[in-house]
Amino acid sequence: MRFLATIGATVLGLLAAIGRATRFGIETISHLFRPPYYPREVGHALLQIGFYSLPVVGLTTIFTGGALALQIYAGGARFSAEAVVPQIVAIGMVRELGPVLVGLMIAARVTSSIAAEIATMKVTEQIDALVTLSTNPMKYLTLPRVLAATLVMPALVAVGNIIGILGGYLVATGRLGFNEGTYLRNTIDFLELSDITTSLAKGAVFGFLAALMGCYFGMQSGRGAQGVGRATKSAVVAASVLILAANFILTELFFAA
Amino acid sequence: MIELTGVHKSFGEKHVLRGVDLTIERGKSLVIIGGSGTGKSVTLKCVLGLIQPDQGSVTVDGLDVTKLRQGSSERDAFLARFGMLFQGGALFDSLTVWQNVAFRLLRGSLKRPTNEAREIAVEKLRRVGLTPDVAELYPAELSGGMQKRVGLARAIAAEPEIIFFDEPTTGLDPIMAGVINDLIREIVVEMGATAMTITHDMTSVRAIADDVAMIHGGKIRWTGPVSRMDSSGDPYVTQFISGSAEGPIETIR
Repeated sequence: MRFLATIGATVLGLLAAIGRATRFGIETISHLFRPPYYPREVGHALLQIGFYSLPVVGLTTIFTGGALALQIYAGGARFSAEAVVPQIVAIGMVRELGPVLVGLMIAARVTSSIAAEIATMKVTEQIDALVTLSTNPMKYLTLPRVLAATLVMPALVAVGNIIGILGGYLVATGRLGFNEGTYLRNTIDFLELSDITTSLAKGAVFGFLAALMGCYFGMQSGRGAQGVGRATKSAVVAASVLILAANFILTELFFAA
Repeated sequence: MIELTGVHKSFGEKHVLRGVDLTIERGKSLVIIGGSGTGKSVTLKCVLGLIQPDQGSVTVDGLDVTKLRQGSSERDAFLARFGMLFQGGALFDSLTVWQNVAFRLLRGSLKRPTNEAREIAVEKLRRVGLTPDVAELYPAELSGGMQKRVGLARAIAAEPEIIFFDEPTTGLDPIMAGVINDLIREIVVEMGATAMTITHDMTSVRAIADDVAMIHGGKIRWTGPVSRMDSSGDPYVTQFISGSAEGPIETIR
């Protein structure tokens, strides 16, 4: 009986946490329609989340694109289909790997940083100080970060897709003997507009989830260094899992026959 | 006038406030004393609306604080009347010292042009004994005493009617603590503000207070003018101000 009670309590706790996070998300969105706004904070968040994430996005996707080209070439060779490398690299990067990898990198770099920053602000009473200075922390801290991540993630995904395809191109033309012009033409001809738009839409959703989890767990942080550490860890785990779950749902929505 | 009536607050199983009744007259400086974990900070946060009491009422000049909705213009106007010095300063790490001090003057209903806000911030920094070159530094570049002074400058930047001080001298050396005490007293008298301070530091109490309230077990044990504190006749107050291990206050809590 005790075993069942433990399972029940865990499930109820999980459902309550999902409910709280959902309410937090709805409240965040509602502030989009209620002034005051803090454009300076949005600009700062755009810079932090977007511009400063470019190196990690570039490095992650270029290696992945290169490895993908090698794998497809080796796998394709089993049934004499080596020539499909440009098409599969393009579709694999744009539809799946680009958005997912960029999303996970943002979860690692941005979600952790947001959660640690806000949790530290909570522990050191800076959130209380904001309230006493007539500033709503949801408007000043949460909305700018969530908005910036949602807006900038499609751009990061686009950059990630291009660099990933470039990685495949470099490996295919440099190591596997593909013709440069043919590779590029096959890539461009094969991709459809819907592949790109769905990729960018996934990026926006992943950006929203990554920043929201950072803010949510930061605001919920417990006391002390342990509280900050736990908030950061929970935020990254929740953001990563949600990104992967959302990716499945969106793929089902966009591409299921 | 700030009035708390029958205020109760629990956190889970822990019943922190068990019916706090307290009145602070306009223009007076009240210091709340009491051991760690007796509910001093919770009482203060209930007045600011940072914590919602489970029971009882908190009014400021007749306005019921518990009825003010988060984010409403009424609540913003209410909070604009307050200044608060937090225990650790609670300065915003990402902003420079002057931007911290002028925070309220750079946004919201009290917004001023940036140059004017900066001038006011520098003037307030000077008021708390800091030179203008500190204005461009970040909080992490300051010592603990300087951070407290910046926090004090931020608390008074918008010339509030009511100022709260949460353990203003904790963590400071005796000389710096004396400087902060004198500053608080001067500023409160000069501005004619109502002040509420929570502290363990009896030197602070004697320097800052007009009136003293002792909180113990989630209730106000004793309240009266600071001049009567030493002869209060209350064993809890006597033990607390003498710092004795012998008395009704348990040393293991």
